[in-house]
Amino acid sequence: MAGIPHDHYEPGSKPEKWLHKRLPIVGLLYDTLMIPTPKNLNWMWIWGIILTFCLALQIITGIVLAMHYTPHVDLAFDSIEHIMRDVNGGWAIRYMHMNGASLFFIAVYAHIFRGLYYGSYKAPREITWIIGMLIYLAMMATGFLGYVLPWGQMSFWGATVITGLFGAIPGIGESLQTWLLGGPAVDNATLNRFFSLHYLLPFVIAGLVVVHIWAFHTTGNNNPSGVEVRRTSKADAEKDTVPFWPYFVIKDMFALLVILTIFMAVVGFMPNYLGHPDNYIEANALSTPAHIVPEWYYLPFYAILRAITFDVLFLDAKFLGVLMMFGSIAVMALAPWTDTSSVRSGKYRPSFKWWFWLLVLDFFVLMWAGARPAEGLVPTISLIGAIYWFAYFLVILPLLGILEKPLPVPETIEADFDAHYPPKDASASAAE
Amino acid sequence: MKKTLLSIAVAFGLATGAANAEGASGHIENIPFSFDGPFGSFDQNQLQRGLQVYTEVCAACHGLRQVAFRTLADKGGPHYSADQVKAYAAENFEVFDADLDEDRAARPSDKFPGSNIENAPDLSLMAKARAGFHGPAGLGINQVLYGMGGPEYIVAILNGYTGETKTQAGVTLYENTIFPGGWIAMAPPMEDGRVEYADGHSNDVHHMSEDVAAFLMWTAEPKLMARKWLGFVSVFMLGLMSILLYLTNKKLWAPIKRKD
Repeated sequence: MAGIPHDHYEPGSKPEKWLHKRLPIVGLLYDTLMIPTPKNLNWMWIWGIILTFCLALQIITGIVLAMHYTPHVDLAFDSIEHIMRDVNGGWAIRYMHMNGASLFFIAVYAHIFRGLYYGSYKAPREITWIIGMLIYLAMMATGFLGYVLPWGQMSFWGATVITGLFGAIPGIGESLQTWLLGGPAVDNATLNRFFSLHYLLPFVIAGLVVVHIWAFHTTGNNNPSGVEVRRTSKADAEKDTVPFWPYFVIKDMFALLVILTIFMAVVGFMPNYLGHPDNYIEANALSTPAHIVPEWYYLPFYAILRAITFDVLFLDAKFLGVLMMFGSIAVMALAPWTDTSSVRSGKYRPSFKWWFWLLVLDFFVLMWAGARPAEGLVPTISLIGAIYWFAYFLVILPLLGILEKPLPVPETIEADFDAHYPPKDASASAAE
Repeated sequence: MKKTLLSIAVAFGLATGAANAEGASGHIENIPFSFDGPFGSFDQNQLQRGLQVYTEVCAACHGLRQVAFRTLADKGGPHYSADQVKAYAAENFEVFDADLDEDRAARPSDKFPGSNIENAPDLSLMAKARAGFHGPAGLGINQVLYGMGGPEYIVAILNGYTGETKTQAGVTLYENTIFPGGWIAMAPPMEDGRVEYADGHSNDVHHMSEDVAAFLMWTAEPKLMARKWLGFVSVFMLGLMSILLYLTNKKLWAPIKRKD
């Protein structure tokens, strides 16, 4: 695999040979686990494992929660309280699932921005990037559907607002919205189908994750230098890489444990911090909350949605907002083609760095703006933030490739690694 | 340095998500409750006093329909004996029995009744359904420092009456500096000395509201102490395993990094 020369699995014993002839599953697992991995990967390469863990955590806790949950408008809210009060350890499972969603999104944003900085989206990893974007979209959908299930005030009104976005599509909007909701408004039919889809989508994500891993195992990992592993010979490849097991398994396990320590501190000591108090009030179609806000992980895109407050030609503001919101993710998916730079890693791109960190800042500013009521300066800030988001992908990335003079890139991964950990002479240098 | 800045930025970003609860008008003071902080626990006596306030004052209008009487015997809660719970339920509440098709005295296996009047919200989850702290600038940092402020909100609203009233569409409204909009339909429910505590604890309005707020925190989060214990044990165990894995990783990589 990976086109990187390395040792393959050889069945030794008789039973191994017997199995290998019929189903080379051990070989597949061996090659996956022993894949040659660039030895200069830094701590931003841990998020993939964290994300895999999150998916497993959400599926396992979710399956248990589904055993006790009742998807009916009259019973859903009470069944959550039943889980919190009467199911053995139910409160722990539910708080882990709730906060697990937040951890999932923290990890996915770190993972995406890592990819943006180190140019992981560039050829030949476009498919990995596109699949990743599809996973992210499926995560957004799953998170949204799941947030509706407790049937609190924010569940109900969030569902009303978000499905209302589809109603803004000219022509077919209204019938599309009715079809999605299973009726004219968010009601029992909506809750039932959201529960069903919330259970389905994680398995779709799991399938996409397999393809995602398959894709980057075919191209090999990117790395902080952005230089490809040498494939000229097995000896050369071995100078650039170490096998995934044990080197990166142990490193990633350590990172996972540190993050889990923080995660369990949040679950144990402030499990409702990332939630919204209004969701502890049962859904009431007759009482609109003063201020409807989505979960934190949607806020940047929610801000972009609300950024357009004026009609343009025959398109009304609401529909434009919807286009902008979906467009903001679509332009990210286009990055492999809009980025014209010949250098992959942002480490060697002096101007790119500034624009990149401005994009990160923009993301947090949009997140803040998405949480505030749309009044005062907030709509203007959202609009500026949204414009920068689009400009980064559609204008800045194409121009930088032409205008920027990149720094010299290391010849090989080995050279990059040796610069940090010089051979033999024991001069201590800072770890990545 | 870049990493530190980034983690601060992440904290800020996350904070905005948490901080966007409905704004109340007045300022809400932090109250040092016994259950605050990672090691805080419920004060059994305070919960018992709070239950008394609820029973004698709030229950006239407000329900607690998520809470089962039997849980009043739970350790970490008011922790009454099984007999006390039985007597308390039977003496104070009637519930509708579908099998008998009539009301009967409540039993420990029943839940508290719901609200008696339609616009009095159920109080089971009130301490989690309100946030007292949001700031600064909507960043929610105060929620990390002081908690979400649900019980503080309850105390503040019970003490937020100015004494002004007005009549609107035939309904009397009472001015309250904490309630969103400034006017609340609930008449000031307590005056000093409204409840006579068996333990002789001070029974002015402020103390009674603290007691009932603590009790409502328990009704909203009865597993709070088990949760904190889980947090403590997990952080300890996971932290320990992190250290071991750090050392394993360091040793494993030493030859590769030429540090052996």
